[in-house]
Amino acid sequence: MGGLSDPAAGFLTIAALVAALVLVHAPLGDLMARVYTSSRHLGAERLLYRVAGVDPDAEQRWPVYARAVLGFSLVSVLLLYALQRLQGLLPLSLGFPGVAPPTAWNTAVSFVTNTNWQSYSGESTMGHLVQAAGLAVQNFVSAAVGMAVFVALVRGFTRSRTDRIGSFWVDLVRTCVRILLPLALVAAVVMLLGGVVQNLAGPTAVTTVAGGTQTITGGPIASQEAIKELGTNGGGFFNANSAHPFEGPTAWVSLFQVFLLLVIPFSLPRTFGRLVGDRRHGLAVVGVMGLLWLGSVALAVWAEVAGSGAAPQAAGAAMEGKEVRFGEVLSGLFGASTTATSTGAVNSFHDSFTAAGGGVTILNMMLGEVSPGGTGSGVYGLLVLAVIAVFLAGLMVGRTPELLGKKISRPEVTLVALYVLATPTLLLVGAALTAGVPSLREASLQDSGAHGLSEVLYAYASAANNNGSAFAGFGAATDYQNTALGLAMVFGRFVPMLLVIALAGRLASQAPVPVTAGTLPTHTPLFAGLLTVVVLVVAGLTYFPALALAPIAEALS
Amino acid sequence: MSRVLDLTRQSAAGLRLLLALTLLLGVLYPAVVLGVGQLVPGRANGSMIEVDGRPAGSALLGQAFDGPGWFQPRPSAAGDGYDPQASGASNLGPNNPDLVASIAERRAAVAASDGVDPAAVPADALTASGSGLDPDISPAYAEIQVARVARERGLPVATVEQLVAEHTRGRDLGFIGEPSVDVVTLNAALAGA
Repeated sequence: MGGLSDPAAGFLTIAALVAALVLVHAPLGDLMARVYTSSRHLGAERLLYRVAGVDPDAEQRWPVYARAVLGFSLVSVLLLYALQRLQGLLPLSLGFPGVAPPTAWNTAVSFVTNTNWQSYSGESTMGHLVQAAGLAVQNFVSAAVGMAVFVALVRGFTRSRTDRIGSFWVDLVRTCVRILLPLALVAAVVMLLGGVVQNLAGPTAVTTVAGGTQTITGGPIASQEAIKELGTNGGGFFNANSAHPFEGPTAWVSLFQVFLLLVIPFSLPRTFGRLVGDRRHGLAVVGVMGLLWLGSVALAVWAEVAGSGAAPQAAGAAMEGKEVRFGEVLSGLFGASTTATSTGAVNSFHDSFTAAGGGVTILNMMLGEVSPGGTGSGVYGLLVLAVIAVFLAGLMVGRTPELLGKKISRPEVTLVALYVLATPTLLLVGAALTAGVPSLREASLQDSGAHGLSEVLYAYASAANNNGSAFAGFGAATDYQNTALGLAMVFGRFVPMLLVIALAGRLASQAPVPVTAGTLPTHTPLFAGLLTVVVLVVAGLTYFPALALAPIAEALS
Repeated sequence: MSRVLDLTRQSAAGLRLLLALTLLLGVLYPAVVLGVGQLVPGRANGSMIEVDGRPAGSALLGQAFDGPGWFQPRPSAAGDGYDPQASGASNLGPNNPDLVASIAERRAAVAASDGVDPAAVPADALTASGSGLDPDISPAYAEIQVARVARERGLPVATVEQLVAEHTRGRDLGFIGEPSVDVVTLNAALAGA
């Protein structure tokens, strides 16, 4: 059938994806900006507010906004935990018993924090009801919580002399009803056409072509798959996640999934630009995100196609853990994108990636999930780093730094410094405990040496940054790891989030500073360059020693 | 209002909202997708196939094929091989000595069974997939199996080659992913031939 050469096809794949994102980000970003500034409530939304007993027109001070986020997340964990524990008594459980407490805790926390780390195997643990009414609901609302906090932070910049940063309930409900639900419906239908399964079939034994037996389980997969990518969640219906043919049946469906997991994070900078009244600010942010993402994609795809390492060399290509229909290019592209967006879905298994390719996926998470990061959390993370960038620039010229007309003084810098320290502390302390305590190490590590250390680093990078993918050889299903990784997810999600809400409150209460000739413009390529350097330097200073001992040592050996 | 009291109040509002959203997003939404799926029932139900009028699994899920008369799929790490109840990969690292040893053994075994030079055995024949349920092999791996399958089944080589061509899928839209041969539907066609 002839056809394109491998490099041409790979280049076209990435170019088509970039073109689709460029095309969609403007209308979607503008639409999201209108959703958050509209003064109208839809009928369905009014109904939801009435059920909740909240006044949608009452705005909140930042401590109340923070308590609403925490309260909602707390009941989310409790409800999801209860659903799993009581599974045996519920319909559509497929005969599965209640989930054991350590796994149920880990899974509840994992889905509520938008991490979607999976210490269970979907097809042998979760019935259809828990998947659809428990896990998939958290896929929606945990993504919406991230976007709500982003909007609250933007209000901090756009408002002055007020103690109100918006209503969490309105931000949450509108994100679900007006943004995520319609997009998920369209995406689910597209995937149905591509062969993604949507039924309620329980385990069914069939006689195979050659006369053997196989037990096949279906489920409400397309509906879950759509929001799993769109909400940068990543928790697979099956253990094999998007590599499973019922989740990712064809190459174009898999590429479409990469598009879905990137589309909201890459459109929110446009929303940001709209909300602050100057699209150039959005361009600077998306420029930084795009540069870092494209760099990681190029590295990962190159590493997987080049296929260095003893096993890829012995086999002739790095195909261990990869599907034939996807090949190295689509696998590397998916791997880099899923780790750059805090999604954690996989269409190939990163533990078997080449040392360099696997290293890129770890580095992507260590950047703090800002390239472009998760829904909402990516762009608020990058705005926090922008505060550091103007602070550094201010130090250089000896001026009080400003960002978008707000003074960055000691209280703001303190909040931002704590934000930058929170995740690395969880990551490095958590990884050091597992790597340092012999009994923990032996219980969870599959490979020895540098690759073993990569497995531990990956696990804690993934949990603390709410990514959720894994070097799956790592034995995460022990009581210790279920508990410790669960704690890393909780603190990795809510400590930074609370600091951002507090920052929003501080900024909103300030009077605006007028722009003068001495103000550092924060919408220029120069500032985007400075911000890129800040992202890389902050991550580099924090993680280089650990990376040098793990993937870098492995790649060079 | 005290902070604890307010947190309780917010949690109560959150619980009521969460239950309402569960109905909308966790029941109504998947039900609508389920309804739409019935417009393309074959696909929504897993692209199931039949052999001689009996159900024989899914065209999407790889199966084990014992015996030289079948096209062989890739090695599988799902359970004891191609078990949809235990999907997954080997997760062995790129320098794992056990993996390197398995690859060498598989290369020798395939070369012997298909009567080809060990260097001609492609990578997908030597490595386990991500899902453990990969239904596909590369066209190169199908090609080296044609002579064996034709001989075992007493079919002309040209007939088997024709069947392989019919079950080969190019890159999607000409550029996405890799060319592949669906072993499940190919073997199903052989069973009916």
